[in-house]
Amino acid sequence: MSDSVLFFLIQVLNGVQQGLLLFLIASGLTLIFGIMGIINLAHGSFYMMGAYLAFSLTELTGNLWLAILLGIPLSVAVGLALEFLLFARLYRRDHLYQVLLTYGLILIMEEARSLLLGDDVHGVAKPAFLEFSIPLTETLSYPVYRLFMSAICLLVALLLALAIRRTRLGMTIRAGAANREMVSVLGIDIGLVYRVVFALGVALAAFAGMIAAPVASVYPGMGSQILIVSFVVVVIGGIGSIKGAFLGSLLIGLADTFGQVYAPQIAGMTVYMLMAAVLLWRPAGLFGRT
Amino acid sequence: MRRALLLLGAAALALFPLVGGAFYLQLLAKIMLMAVFAMSLDLLMGFTGLVSLGHAAFFGIGAYALYLLSPEYDAADFWVSAPIAISAATLAALAIGVLVLRTSGVYFIMATLAFAQMFFYFATGSKLLGGSDGVSINVRPNPAILGWTPFDLGNRVQFYYVALAAMLATYLLLRMVLRSLFGHAIQGIRASEQRMRALGYPVFRYKLAAFAIAGALAGLAGYLSAAQYGSVNPEFFGWQMSGTVLMMVILGGIGTLYGPILGAFGLTLLQELLTELTKHWLLPMGVFIILAVLLLPQGIGGLGLAWRSPRPEPVDD
Amino acid sequence: MTEPVLRTETLSKRFGGLAAVSDVALDLRHGEVHAVIGPNGAGKTTLINLLSGDLAPSSGSILFEGREIAGLAADRIARLGIARSFQRTTIFRDFSAFENCRLAAQARLPTSMRFVRPALSQRAVSDAARRVLALVGLEAAAERRASALSHGEQRQLEIAMTLATKPKVLLLDEPLAGMGAEESRHIVALIAALAERHAVLLVEHDMDAVFSIARRLTVMVNGRVLESGTPEAIRESAAVQEAYLGGAEPQP
Repeated sequence: MSDSVLFFLIQVLNGVQQGLLLFLIASGLTLIFGIMGIINLAHGSFYMMGAYLAFSLTELTGNLWLAILLGIPLSVAVGLALEFLLFARLYRRDHLYQVLLTYGLILIMEEARSLLLGDDVHGVAKPAFLEFSIPLTETLSYPVYRLFMSAICLLVALLLALAIRRTRLGMTIRAGAANREMVSVLGIDIGLVYRVVFALGVALAAFAGMIAAPVASVYPGMGSQILIVSFVVVVIGGIGSIKGAFLGSLLIGLADTFGQVYAPQIAGMTVYMLMAAVLLWRPAGLFGRT
Repeated sequence: MRRALLLLGAAALALFPLVGGAFYLQLLAKIMLMAVFAMSLDLLMGFTGLVSLGHAAFFGIGAYALYLLSPEYDAADFWVSAPIAISAATLAALAIGVLVLRTSGVYFIMATLAFAQMFFYFATGSKLLGGSDGVSINVRPNPAILGWTPFDLGNRVQFYYVALAAMLATYLLLRMVLRSLFGHAIQGIRASEQRMRALGYPVFRYKLAAFAIAGALAGLAGYLSAAQYGSVNPEFFGWQMSGTVLMMVILGGIGTLYGPILGAFGLTLLQELLTELTKHWLLPMGVFIILAVLLLPQGIGGLGLAWRSPRPEPVDD
Repeated sequence: MTEPVLRTETLSKRFGGLAAVSDVALDLRHGEVHAVIGPNGAGKTTLINLLSGDLAPSSGSILFEGREIAGLAADRIARLGIARSFQRTTIFRDFSAFENCRLAAQARLPTSMRFVRPALSQRAVSDAARRVLALVGLEAAAERRASALSHGEQRQLEIAMTLATKPKVLLLDEPLAGMGAEESRHIVALIAALAERHAVLLVEHDMDAVFSIARRLTVMVNGRVLESGTPEAIRESAAVQEAYLGGAEPQP
């Protein structure tokens, strides 16, 4: 296989990996919106929280796995606390107020991180056994960790799809999305469903931050950066659609990766051009309900 | 009663330079330009029902336009560069509006934010626009006509009055527009788009026009802000800028014209106060915003006014 | 016999696998009330949505004054002269009754892209608004907020708004829903009077009202037209009685 074809394939792998990671975050965002009707600007902050937790807990325990194991329940705890204190009050409110309130939350979370963990950029070490790269040619090799990331994200995506389609909780979630009153009339505690969905969304975003940390590094602006890209994914894929989030994430991941490599002048813009194109063709997103 | 208060406020602002020091002159000028920015956003949010999280896009365009129109060591002609900057912002608003106005609700919020970010990344990555460090405008625009210079933008007091004039002009302009056929139409759209369509209004056109007017005014605010600081950077496009002006509108009282003005004053002064207290002033600011949303659903100016229903009758009388 | 103002041919609307409206042929003439009746879920509101442009048909055609209008946008169709009222009251709740009608009357202007002169200075528009308010009997309530009006008055307001656009065709979707006897009588008389100068398509469940003012009836069941004809013919039709009227003859 020629070098340039190999190089192309490597970019495809990178794009897919980026897309799959993005999917974890975007799926949480679209679930929270589709089912709870809440637009959460602070969703990117959960991703950042995960990354910084990965950093500090790895420093503490010396082991990324342990950090992830500890980090997830911690993130979920924070998520549930926020849901109880703040998000529970947003259910019936206008989107405008949700935007404002979650914007205030972003500010708080950014500053809290600044206070507790500082503003420095950090790296997180990959786990030792995933440290190596698979050699492909004399000059090109592919880092195993990225393959691992893709695999994990794919696994989570499959579990998510299964959970939503096959389990009772999943059916309740889908029913709740369609008709809140009906679900509560059936005796199902809609508040509990919401809490689970929210916790799931937070956990997904935080987990994404944790496994991405060794590759993406840990820095202050990472939350808002990923949030905006997630928004583009949701706009492209359609709100409330996991399928749409998946497809959208892959599209964006590939577009961004290829943009960076083959057209660096407009690198940051490829994502938005894609969004503009979709908006022209399908304003409700690829799988959105009109 | 309200009109009396507004006149009093305007008079107070007009007389302020007699007592105010340099720092406060600069601060209040900045606030008044933000008030222009905020009023333009309120046209969209409070009167047309379009919640935009990317209004900074047009603010930034106005600002960078001044930079691009200013020769390196000379002044741009104010009467040429300002209209061009405003036109650029208006064209951008039309282009973006055609795309984002096909969406609604949450999609609209997300899409507007995304487009503003597009400009942000473009500016950050562009050598022409100075990248993330931004650019300087070495000489402020010159409003000289045939040898007579009506005002000097480099003079702090005169710039203050220019900002005040801009704020008052924007207020009066929007008041007129809101009372016009167009103004009633957009308020109808805000109240019930479905009903307006059923009555035969080509709703898209009116939303686009409102979007363009809002963009134009935001461009003006950006242009003057760039003139004030003498520099522009990508943060002019940033989501924090969009978020700040959004907060000003909501906390000041959405759906009124004086609300955004109050919001601009209130929020900026609060920010000044908090910055004195702590480097991490965004934390108490965030707490303030959350408390305000939870406790004061109508915002400061909206106390006693249901924000959901701006009357299509005269806005403030 | 005059040409029908509005006519449909094999009009159909499918939502995925569900055929909400199938093969509907209907016509509407100037000066008549043509009532569409049928059980819930028969597709009556979908039919109105198709005629008003709120929904695009899956197949078939809709001809207004001989012109094909199927697939046109709702606002375009409204400007052509087809006005509708909604089943769920769709008025501007926070505006006064007068302002509701004023906005409706304003829609008839060639354009509202006017930014300088105050809207209220357009006397013709304001006068038109007051006229329709008087027509439906709401002139006393003109300055009251729409949300403060009684349910019946709100329905009256909705009709007033449709009138303010000077339409040729009125599509009324259950205008009597939720009204008391007194209010209903008033509205029924109003509709009958309006029919003289317009073509009225009336979707209703109130059989007394329907049989008293409709010149023709179309019965829809499961998205299809079961039968169409004069009130007497429909009343005596065995098929209709079985499907809808429950076998007993309604009182005239």
